[in-house]
Amino acid sequence: MRRRPSLGRIAVLYVTVTALMLTLLGRLWYLQVTTGPDYARAATQSRVRTVALPPVRGRILDVHGEPLVANQTRPQVSVDYMALIHQPDGGRAVLERLAGALGRPYREIADRARLCAADVPRPCWPGSPYQPITVADDVDVRTALWIAERQDEFPGVSTALRPVRTYPLGAAAAHLLGYLQPPSPDDPPGGPELVGRDGLESEYDRELAGRSGVRQMAVDSTGKVTGLIREEDPRPGDSLVTSIDARIQRIAHRALTRAVEGARKRGEPADAGAAVVLEAATGRVTALADYPSYDPEVWTGGVSQHDYETLPLVSGAVLGQWAPGSTWKVTSAAAAATAGYALRDTYDCPGAYTVGGRAFHNFDGIALGRMDMRRALVVSCDTIFYRLADKMWRHDGGLKPVRRPRDPMQAMAGQFGFGVPTGVDLPHEAAGRVPDRAWKKASWAATRTANCRRARTGYPDVPDRARAAYLKRLADENCRSGGVWRAGDAANFAIGQGDVLVTPLQLARGYAALANGGTVFSPRIGKAVVGPGGKVVRTVTPPVVGRIDVPRKTLRYIRDSLKGVPREGTAAAAFKGFPFKRLSVAGKTGTAEAYGRHDTSWFASFAPAAHPKYVVVVVVSQGGTGATAAAPAAREIWEGVYDLHPAKKKKDAGKKKTGKKSGEKHKRAR
Amino acid sequence: MTAFPPARPPGARSTSRSTSRAGARAGGFPWGVALPAAALSGIGLLLVWSATRNDPGSTLPERQTLSVLVGFALMWLLSRCDARVLRAYVPVVYLGGLAGLVAVLTPLGRTVNGSHAWIVLGPGLQFQPSEFAKVGTVLAVAAALGELRDGERRPPAGAVLLALGLAAVPIGLIMLEPDYGTMLVFATIVAGMLLAGGAPKRWFAGLAGIAALALLLVWRLDLIRPYQLQRVMVLADPDADPLGVGYNATQARIAIGSGGLLGKGLFHGEQTAGHFVPEQHTDFIFTVAGEELGFAGAACVIVLMLVLLWRGLRIAATAPSPFGTVLAGGVVCWLAFQTFVNAGMTMGLLPIAGLPLPFVSYGGSATISVFAAVGLLAAAGRRSTLR
Repeated sequence: MRRRPSLGRIAVLYVTVTALMLTLLGRLWYLQVTTGPDYARAATQSRVRTVALPPVRGRILDVHGEPLVANQTRPQVSVDYMALIHQPDGGRAVLERLAGALGRPYREIADRARLCAADVPRPCWPGSPYQPITVADDVDVRTALWIAERQDEFPGVSTALRPVRTYPLGAAAAHLLGYLQPPSPDDPPGGPELVGRDGLESEYDRELAGRSGVRQMAVDSTGKVTGLIREEDPRPGDSLVTSIDARIQRIAHRALTRAVEGARKRGEPADAGAAVVLEAATGRVTALADYPSYDPEVWTGGVSQHDYETLPLVSGAVLGQWAPGSTWKVTSAAAAATAGYALRDTYDCPGAYTVGGRAFHNFDGIALGRMDMRRALVVSCDTIFYRLADKMWRHDGGLKPVRRPRDPMQAMAGQFGFGVPTGVDLPHEAAGRVPDRAWKKASWAATRTANCRRARTGYPDVPDRARAAYLKRLADENCRSGGVWRAGDAANFAIGQGDVLVTPLQLARGYAALANGGTVFSPRIGKAVVGPGGKVVRTVTPPVVGRIDVPRKTLRYIRDSLKGVPREGTAAAAFKGFPFKRLSVAGKTGTAEAYGRHDTSWFASFAPAAHPKYVVVVVVSQGGTGATAAAPAAREIWEGVYDLHPAKKKKDAGKKKTGKKSGEKHKRAR
Repeated sequence: MTAFPPARPPGARSTSRSTSRAGARAGGFPWGVALPAAALSGIGLLLVWSATRNDPGSTLPERQTLSVLVGFALMWLLSRCDARVLRAYVPVVYLGGLAGLVAVLTPLGRTVNGSHAWIVLGPGLQFQPSEFAKVGTVLAVAAALGELRDGERRPPAGAVLLALGLAAVPIGLIMLEPDYGTMLVFATIVAGMLLAGGAPKRWFAGLAGIAALALLLVWRLDLIRPYQLQRVMVLADPDADPLGVGYNATQARIAIGSGGLLGKGLFHGEQTAGHFVPEQHTDFIFTVAGEELGFAGAACVIVLMLVLLWRGLRIAATAPSPFGTVLAGGVVCWLAFQTFVNAGMTMGLLPIAGLPLPFVSYGGSATISVFAAVGLLAAAGRRSTLR
């Protein structure tokens, strides 16, 4: 019977209440037992802060142990991003006080303390928000102490003595050494604070970097450290001993800079340049200078977006590619010798030689009479090489090539190591170009459509009618038969013009091979990796990657021929008064034309000529003839390397004027 | 449900003064409900101590001990009363509670943790009138619904309306604070009491309709604040904003979840020590139980509460008067709802709401009020000593 109507209702409450509590129990079981381990892991993550302890990065030393890159301890001011954002105003007040104390604008400090993102320009912090962010690393000790003493005014700001990269050579070796940057988001996390981004710093980054230590600390919810869990000391990085000679590097940089500035005084654009000094017998790099350069100190403490965009970061020595001009003739001469043209025979050097129905002129258009190959190299006769190239081309079948053309000149260029990267221990390198039949065909296929259109439409946009007609004829020819390796191509190739491209380092290694009797090295800058205790971890030896397959006497003949160039040949003016008795320098000038640009100035040399120790190659892009810009710089380097106490040079006498251009496709070289 | 008392004539008032039953023995101490409450308070004290163990100079455990003692005394005092005496004091307690709620809206009121629900009388002496108003409201509604004339089996419409009116005043005042969590507790209490009191079903339908309408209005008129909406959204996707809106919820779940089956041991919870969960000694005390005592300990808290609730429902079933039944039903709903909402929010079942865990959370007003409620429970089961 029902005593009260509410009894049934109480039962409802009974069930409801029990269901609610059972729900709680079920959820509790799910959280703690079913998924408990996940939460335990999450708890550990939120409770433990891991800080990487940066190792001291290894130094980069020159061949005598003089530092090229060193570390200097400087007081550094860092901020803790997490501590800042947990402040009511996001840390603005602290950063403003800090900027005031450092005597910097607030914006600068705040910019460095923000995290990098897609829409945040430099400077910004590309690393982890849990790492201390360096906002100033050229703080004087007193300011740093002043800040350190006022922790209550500067919460989240820390000061520490930290090693900072210094570059004793300044701009003289900027490209060679490279630079450091905070790791980008692409780098594996947990790495060092700074990673090498270019040059040796990048190539030997792993060894230089050392290993980061780890400090794991227990923290509370506000980030306050409550205890130390684990600490592992960092392992300092290894040092890199290079074959660079700081003294010669400085000399090369100075000579190159002077050569570029001198060319500019003569009205040349002279937009870039490079100087390479190699050890001829070992393939080691003694100096690698670039123009334009920059002071690597800009990297210290974060580079501004503007600096980053305007810095000349590309190294011309390994990335610059220019036609080699007459410096190339050493490979052509060697090719001629292997193809059966005796070097001691005499060849006629007319003012012009007709190839494929077109006259190819000598540099000055002057006939020099009969001469042997030595003389041809010394005075840089082009027509002899045109003729040789034409003969070889016709021997290979001319416009209808035999099945397997010998192409002796291309083959020889390959043996000298051109057309492939040298494999130097630098992160970026250009391959150069040795154009051959296959290349011609491929590039024709790529440009054919445009050429054929121009062949129809002509060049109404070119005001000079004669020129427009010439271009139209050219386009027509290229459209119809541009893929064929023609006699003109072969002729241009023979004197290092047309489509041939080399990097200064490639040319230097080619001359080193000539100088050392035919061994082609893959050059190396690094010599040894030395551990923090002075133990040699590994040694670096330039590997031999090829041999020039010609009789030693052929190379000796070419070497001996090049002795004449600075004494009586094209570089005689630049080497006027040079003490050849003390140092017998041999070399070759090169003046490469480039369409629409000023001539590229080359000088490739080695000395002592009898037993070459060094190879010196200088290039000044758009610098004029090889004799006027590059050769004097090479002379200056030689004088510096051998301490020849140069008398005040007078570079007025005997300077040759460059001739007038004789035709669009007609390359002259000297 | 087999323990219902022997049948008596419908609506009959008991005339016996010698009947003595377990939990309702005249003058006896109400162990049945006092024991689980005391056990919960004991656990609560340990947890408050643990949650504040790293706060230098904290006197919260001592203060909570004092609150528990005061609450215990009040419970004992109330348990000595019978329904008749309680009914006599209903107007005083009810109006006193309302006065407190009104006072909050005057300059006496203070905002603590975003809720304008406090009255501060001096340093270290503050209370939350809404907690005491619960006691008054439960009593008043019980009085309205529990007065059945002879032959009546259900409260008449007038009584139901009166009860709703009596409840509407404190609910309205709390809405002005605003404290929607507490408001919901009141609404649940009233609903539970209507249920226990036997109000006709159509009333529930009507009230549900009104609630739905109110919800709609709140939604359409944008009365709901963004943070409140976010608290609800976070439930759907707890990891959406772990450092912002979801921080409390995420940290609470991490603390509880990391406790595992047996917990890390009292005073050994690293999350607790690191203060990762905000308001851990008050609204989030359950996370300390979860982390340090594990499933075993936290389940213990819920089971103790369930025992208390069952005892309360048994009192509701066996109460000698409809007043007692309704009163006990109200108290049970109060404790059950608050427990469910509080523990549920720490475990990510419900949105974050500022409600304490009865007996366990730190807080003077709440502790004293729930002990008073247990006292009322005991009193509801007591047979009149006079008749």
